[in-house]
Amino acid sequence: MEFPFWSKDIETMDRARLEQLQLQRLRDIVGYALKTPFYQKRLAKVWIHSPDDIKTLADLRKIPFTVKDDLRQSYPKGLLAVDMEQVVRVHSSSGTTGVPTVIYYTRDDLNRWTDLLARGIVASGATSKDIFQNMMSYGLFTGGLGLHYGAERVGMTVIPVGGGNTQRQLQIMKDFCTTALHITPSYLLHIHQRMAEFGIKRSELALRRAYMGAEPHSETTRQKLQDLYQIDIFNCYGLSEMNGPGVAFECCCKSDPHVWEDGYIVEIINPVTGEPLPDGEQGEVVFTNLIRHALPLMRYRTRDLAYIHAEPCPCGRTHRRLSRIQGRTDDMMIINGVNVFPSQIEEVLMSIPEVGNNYMIYLSTHEGLDRLTVKVELYQKLFTGDLSQIDSLKGKIKDKLRASITINAHIELHEPGSLPAFEGKAKRVVDERIRL
Amino acid sequence: MAKQLTIFLENRPGRVKSICDVLQQAGLNIWAFTIQDRGEFGLVKLIVDKPSQAQLVLAERGFACALKDVLAVTAPDQPGNLSKLGTALLQKNVNLKDAYGFVSPSDKQGICFLEVQNNDGVDIAALLTEQGFRLMSDEELYEL
Repeated sequence: MEFPFWSKDIETMDRARLEQLQLQRLRDIVGYALKTPFYQKRLAKVWIHSPDDIKTLADLRKIPFTVKDDLRQSYPKGLLAVDMEQVVRVHSSSGTTGVPTVIYYTRDDLNRWTDLLARGIVASGATSKDIFQNMMSYGLFTGGLGLHYGAERVGMTVIPVGGGNTQRQLQIMKDFCTTALHITPSYLLHIHQRMAEFGIKRSELALRRAYMGAEPHSETTRQKLQDLYQIDIFNCYGLSEMNGPGVAFECCCKSDPHVWEDGYIVEIINPVTGEPLPDGEQGEVVFTNLIRHALPLMRYRTRDLAYIHAEPCPCGRTHRRLSRIQGRTDDMMIINGVNVFPSQIEEVLMSIPEVGNNYMIYLSTHEGLDRLTVKVELYQKLFTGDLSQIDSLKGKIKDKLRASITINAHIELHEPGSLPAFEGKAKRVVDERIRL
Repeated sequence: MAKQLTIFLENRPGRVKSICDVLQQAGLNIWAFTIQDRGEFGLVKLIVDKPSQAQLVLAERGFACALKDVLAVTAPDQPGNLSKLGTALLQKNVNLKDAYGFVSPSDKQGICFLEVQNNDGVDIAALLTEQGFRLMSDEELYEL
């Protein structure tokens, strides 16, 4: 097999040189971090006052972990390392509560991130001849714009359609002879179920590949979708804290995505003790972003559980592969590609007086897509006896939830005391989604 | 003013029975009932002999229930009465929000319960009397 490369030198760099490069970049990042109020305090506690205090890669472990809550607490500018004038892009991602997290990028940061995406796209075998339909949300999420810039750099023809409106998506695929998609696994399945409805046949489409991300999915799901569409599907992993999509990308071998180790230092740790684990052992994935200066993040705990492949990939890349994400250390849910914490839902419900304290979150599959149903109890004392109160209550809950978690939930109203009550820790999330 | 007891119930088997059991245990009597259905749930509306006590007893058991003022209107059973009633209300800009009623076959009397929106503060009792209807007093109603 011929393996295409965007930056062959870097992608096949021997480990010793790669680690030298990591060390050099880590020291630069420490320099930027020390410009932020957050890291000044954190690093002072461990006697790190300048990049010179990092002498080897092993010194990385002197640096304390950063967690999601740190980002929330330093919102908006506690982690900003440059003048706002140098920031050319702002992205956001969900927080565990109503407070979002913000990520800043300078022009050079964007450039380096885009380069990694181009690298991933080319590694999958795509070229400038591909017609790329980007079906991930544009806006504050990094998913849309991230791949968009990467695809443009490769020279693909980019159709920035975003999500939703299945009929239009299919029409565009047909009219423009789309060859590549960026999409969530659930949406890809959903579209297939609706093709007949819109009178579109697979033979009329020119699809050849899809980049799937934003939702963990099994190898079985990937195979099934490949068979369904007769295309190649590549896993793409990322998180906004590490710029966005493209932190790791599958090559033609399709045997788990390569983490671009010149861009990120990846560690696997025991989530309880924080001790590093060897390749092959599952633990919590921790990243240090080596290429973003505007908002430096070091040893960021992702709360994703995975392992690093010890064996090299046949493609010849020296950048190691990260396994599929096998779980989370927290209770975060991913609903149609969107991260949602149960605590966000709880925060909204508690702010509505007509709703009782007991609630349940149900996840189900409906026409291939994830459906979120929130069951609440009417608060006995505030019931007026009017239907209009109840109708507007449902609407109010739905609107407030959408404002907080950005997706539409189905709301069910229940009698007081009718939802399951819990002794001890509440298990409020029931996930009955059908996984292929 | 008559009191209507409105109870929020999920639309599934056994819910109406559960209310009836509670009221029966408390020795209370149901005189009229209707259900406003909304699919997954409904509002059960009851006219009972002791409304305040009924509400307390149901609330203690955890039901979401509320008391509402309704007009108990009576008239002899004659074709066209409901139409006459509607006309009278319309003329005075009184909006009918909810209504249910029945005719007692034995004494040919119609009784209905009306929830109205009295936009202009009209004297409803007088209005109804003019048209040949009668607003039942509390004593009359609760001696039924």
